[in-house]
Amino acid sequence: MTPLFGRGPSLQARLIIATVLSVVLIFVDHKMDGFQKVRVVLNSMVSPLQYAANLPKALLDWSAESLAFRQSLINDNQALKQDVLLLNEKLQRMDFVERENQRLRALLKSPVRGEADKMVAEVMSVETNPNSHQVLINRGLLHGVFEGQPVLDASGIVGQVVNVGSTTSRVLLISDITHAIPLRIARNSVRVTAAGSGLLDRMDLQHVPHSTDIVEGDELVSSGLAGVFPEGYPVAKVTRITRNKSLPFSQIRVEPIAKLDRIRYLLLLWPPHLEHKPKFDVLEELIDKASDVAGESND
Amino acid sequence: MTKRTAIIYLTLIFALILTISPMPPSIAIYRPDWVLVALIYWCIALPNRVNVGVAWVCGLFVDLLMGYTLGSHALILALIAYIASANFLRIRNFSVWQQAIIVGMLSLFYHLTDYWVAHFLTDAFFQPELMWSALTSMLVWPWAFALLRKLRRTFKIT
Repeated sequence: MTPLFGRGPSLQARLIIATVLSVVLIFVDHKMDGFQKVRVVLNSMVSPLQYAANLPKALLDWSAESLAFRQSLINDNQALKQDVLLLNEKLQRMDFVERENQRLRALLKSPVRGEADKMVAEVMSVETNPNSHQVLINRGLLHGVFEGQPVLDASGIVGQVVNVGSTTSRVLLISDITHAIPLRIARNSVRVTAAGSGLLDRMDLQHVPHSTDIVEGDELVSSGLAGVFPEGYPVAKVTRITRNKSLPFSQIRVEPIAKLDRIRYLLLLWPPHLEHKPKFDVLEELIDKASDVAGESND
Repeated sequence: MTKRTAIIYLTLIFALILTISPMPPSIAIYRPDWVLVALIYWCIALPNRVNVGVAWVCGLFVDLLMGYTLGSHALILALIAYIASANFLRIRNFSVWQQAIIVGMLSLFYHLTDYWVAHFLTDAFFQPELMWSALTSMLVWPWAFALLRKLRRTFKIT
């Protein structure tokens, strides 16, 4: 029989080395956030594994789509056409209101709001651990995704990007226990902060005095104060208020408006005041770069 | 690296892929700890090839793939690999079902430490559903054991 640990340190020594290394890693990563640049490289390194793991689901989705019945496709198409019509009508009014708003802001000499760039992303996998609400999306550094980028779906804010790889990135949902988002009550502009609870359908408002004017059913929109999320997007609805006078603050439960348990397509936003810009034709750019390099080497 | 050692790493990579493959949330809480099962097998079968170091690297991959704090799962898996490879002779002599119970216990230990580290770093709270995967890992062990032993014998990995 070959000697077990003939080469290198003994088993105990290995365990001690591994423990020390892990503790250093945990400390640097968690407390000092020291791996931002390295993580991009590491995430890009492991993204082939993620695409491989996603393959069965992608195949199933693809076959479900290509084997769909003609009638259901026709029905879908009709429903979508009606949606487009209704949304277009809203858009016409929206254009008018936006122009009016810009004129008014110009009159008041306040800065006119620019329009954010958007890109659609698809969810590749969802974390099921209740202590970490994250989803993986199929857009990354090559598409111009940056850390701290706001992510929406069709109904409201979903979360923000926390980790970027070259072709994938990780989105922290607003319901995660480590996440908090500054909000405003749409009705009276009172400012509040909503912290995630670890449950997909619930967040809690923090430090709201008993005297605050807030009622069940109030809609909360992003206030844009922390500089991460743009202002005015719907985020949550108040579901339950408990005013227990023996506690210093009211206990207020809110429910995210975005259906966090059934997200599939997401919208990445590039706020206009930042220098980050989306890159839509990644492939063409890469080909250009490659041909440039090839040209240089020929010269 | 020879072709034979490559097979060990291939099984570990496959276990990693199974760990992150998307599943409906209602089933996903029963997902066995594939990486843990594969690591324990190699730790008791070939402790001279797979022990604390490989487990640590595997844990680092788990952290990267799942977006956890770097090093947390590396620490736990290194600890479990230490337990398994320090007692490899004893565990080898158990019957498969006794081994399965040990795997279940190690998996429980894995999830409890995982929770404890998460609680230490963030204000995570304990959810007993996490313990289901200890049971499924236990049930999966005999089949994983048979499959991996078959692989080891056909490719004569020593």
